[in-house]
Amino acid sequence: MDKLLNDFSPGLFVVSTILLLALIALMVKFAWKPILTSLNEREEGIQGALDAAEKAKREMENLQADNQKLLQEARLERETMLKEARELKSKMIADAEAEAKSQANKMISQAQEAITSEKKAAMAELKSHVAGLSLDIAEKVVRNELSNKDKQLKLVEDMLGEATLN
Amino acid sequence: MMKIFQQSFKSLALVLLVFLPVSIFALNEGGDGGQVDTKKEVEDYILHHIQDSHDFSLFSYTSEEGERKHFGFPLPVILWSSDGLRTFMSSEFHHNDDGHVIVEKDGVKFAKIHSKIYELDADASAVNFDAEHHATNGHKVLDFSITKSVFGVLVIGLLMLFWFSSLARQYKKKQIPTGFGRVLEPLVLYVRDEIARPNIGEKHYRKFTGYLLTVFFFIWFLNLAGLTPLGFNVTGQLAVTACLAIFTLVIYTVSGNKDYWMHILWMPGVPVLIRPVLAIIELAGALIIKPFSLLVRLFANISAGHIVVMSLIAIMFTLKESLGVVGATGLSFVLSFFILLIEVLVAFLQAYIFTMLSALFIGMAVAEHDHEHEHDDHGHEVPDAQDVRGDFI
Repeated sequence: MDKLLNDFSPGLFVVSTILLLALIALMVKFAWKPILTSLNEREEGIQGALDAAEKAKREMENLQADNQKLLQEARLERETMLKEARELKSKMIADAEAEAKSQANKMISQAQEAITSEKKAAMAELKSHVAGLSLDIAEKVVRNELSNKDKQLKLVEDMLGEATLN
Repeated sequence: MMKIFQQSFKSLALVLLVFLPVSIFALNEGGDGGQVDTKKEVEDYILHHIQDSHDFSLFSYTSEEGERKHFGFPLPVILWSSDGLRTFMSSEFHHNDDGHVIVEKDGVKFAKIHSKIYELDADASAVNFDAEHHATNGHKVLDFSITKSVFGVLVIGLLMLFWFSSLARQYKKKQIPTGFGRVLEPLVLYVRDEIARPNIGEKHYRKFTGYLLTVFFFIWFLNLAGLTPLGFNVTGQLAVTACLAIFTLVIYTVSGNKDYWMHILWMPGVPVLIRPVLAIIELAGALIIKPFSLLVRLFANISAGHIVVMSLIAIMFTLKESLGVVGATGLSFVLSFFILLIEVLVAFLQAYIFTMLSALFIGMAVAEHDHEHEHDDHGHEVPDAQDVRGDFI
């Protein structure tokens, strides 16, 4: 302890105090203040850039989500449109079928009517033809009766036989 | 890359300029001990080196004519004697360190004994020693000389100013420094982010970062300079470490807030009778023990490092007879190489510890005690981490 105190130099203490005070003042003014200010500015700049990037990223994500949503909507719309079109198509086909069927039925019934009326006309003609024939037969019969009774009968039978063919 | 080379050339030129007077000074004839061989001489040599010195000597040898030649340069001696200021160059002592060379300046006689300058009584013409080798007819003078330590402080201070102000200038032009600034910037960031910010707290650290940075680089560079063959031992001088410790003491005493003084003078949460006793202990801790631990830790570590390195180098001489020249030299080289590596680590570590503790003490003084201490079942305070850390130091 004695030796330590002996080694302690008050002069050196004073000189180093003055020099250190000067050094601290000079370093703070010319070195630390500008360095620390620039470092802070730089760090804030980096932080700002990172924040901006993060924000941009988030906006991008939002945009993408919007796009996705729009796409989804468009897809849904397309599907409904396609479905409607399909429905419309089948409806049109069904309608056409029904109309065709009714048309066909109508044509068939008209044809049937025509056939019936033709048939009636044919029948009437046949009837009148038969009546004419009957009259001819009757006329011939009447003439043959005058010549031969057997012949008259035979004629009638023949005539009847012919007539039944029709 | 080119820029670094240019800068190293500049630094080299600076160093050469400083050592230019070496050869002139070398012509001066000295009269000190000469060769160092025995254990006693080694011990004296080491103790001499640990002390401050009035001239800057690099090495010395004995010429063929038996003269002692010194390589180095003299430094100015500035003394405050009983008759006022006296200045002269240290070369006037002719390297004498045992009081045999008397320098007379304007009627005041000075002698240098063990690196201390004594003023002789007016009627004395030579130094008289008592049995314990203390001068009886002289007294120490106030010595403001540019000693080797002051020279070291000046050199390192100028280097720091040059390096860091050029780093500061770089930031005006660009965001990221180049060259040597790229080495310095992480160190600055390290002190700010690992020492100042966590120990002082986010709110107050800015005010003290300048001081902490200066102290950190000052101690570290001087510690490293002490490991070079230039032989500085600035941070191993009690006066310098005391000066640093007192700076820290002043800073945390001046900036201590109400809570800090409250905890020292009238500790809350303890019985009233104990409070005055605690106040004495706390005051002693804050004003004496903390700065004393700072100054002694740095002084002792650096001095011990120098003593160990020099002792291991001295193995070359002291074990020459038992191990032979090659064995002793080899052993000395291996041991001193490894201890030097450790000393490089210690140089950083001590700078870190001094700065860290300064930051911690400042942090304790400016801390805002918004935290309420928890109390256990018996009403005693449960120490939290901050208190434990405080006690630990």
